[in-house]
Amino acid sequence: MIGRALIHVPPSAKRGEVIEIKTLVSHIMETGFRIGVNGKPIPRDIIQDFVCTYNGAEVFRAKLHPAIAANPFISFFTIATESGTLAFSWTDLNGANRVQTAEIKVE
Amino acid sequence: MPQSRHSRRTILRAAGALAAGGAALRLSLRPAHATPESMREAIRDAIGEAPVRTGKVKIDLPPIVENGNSVPCTVAVDSPMTADDYVKAIHIFNEKNPLPNIISVQLGPRAGRAGFSTRIRLADSQTVTAIAEMSDGTCWSGDVDVIVTLAACIEESIR
Repeated sequence: MIGRALIHVPPSAKRGEVIEIKTLVSHIMETGFRIGVNGKPIPRDIIQDFVCTYNGAEVFRAKLHPAIAANPFISFFTIATESGTLAFSWTDLNGANRVQTAEIKVE
Repeated sequence: MPQSRHSRRTILRAAGALAAGGAALRLSLRPAHATPESMREAIRDAIGEAPVRTGKVKIDLPPIVENGNSVPCTVAVDSPMTADDYVKAIHIFNEKNPLPNIISVQLGPRAGRAGFSTRIRLADSQTVTAIAEMSDGTCWSGDVDVIVTLAACIEESIR
């Protein structure tokens, strides 16, 4: 299950400025290599895809593997081009999806 | 007290020679580029047959990791990030985790700066490699050695 996400986007920026975006989403990121108390492997359960779109245009995409720590943290950069919405989407192995958005004002 | 056959000086000299010999042996036992086969395959799967040159990529990890379950990792690539010269993708690989891939990211000129940060798991002391694919098709790599004292994936079996 993909839990709540924390997103940090600067609320305002100058046009053309490079801004840093930080995201943290609550997820167990079960590797599939651990053995449970019943002696059977715990099935893999990871977030596989992360996409960030800026007013609909994709600016960053990541494919995650089991070597990403639980509660995946990803920070990256983008150029503040115009005021609008940044949408963040996480998708796990079963296809479950979580989308969260943040607004930015560009002067 | 009879004078010993070995003076203090000869003993010290012998000890020094032994220590130097030991260090030389350790160095020669460690291969120059320990890249297990699976990591090389994973790199080929990700970037194809393009030659990989060393440089332009800087990967930052703490040199000594107390807990391999969550290790902060930052990659920065030297690129102007303009419309015709930018970083297309960055991949991180490892040698000794159960799987060689860690993360692959795709970016473009809109990123402004080529790099990202995340937190990774490390199962053992090993070399972690980052490879950047440029818009002109060239590939560059950077790597870092980490010592892990508590490994991820292995010790715990909870739930």
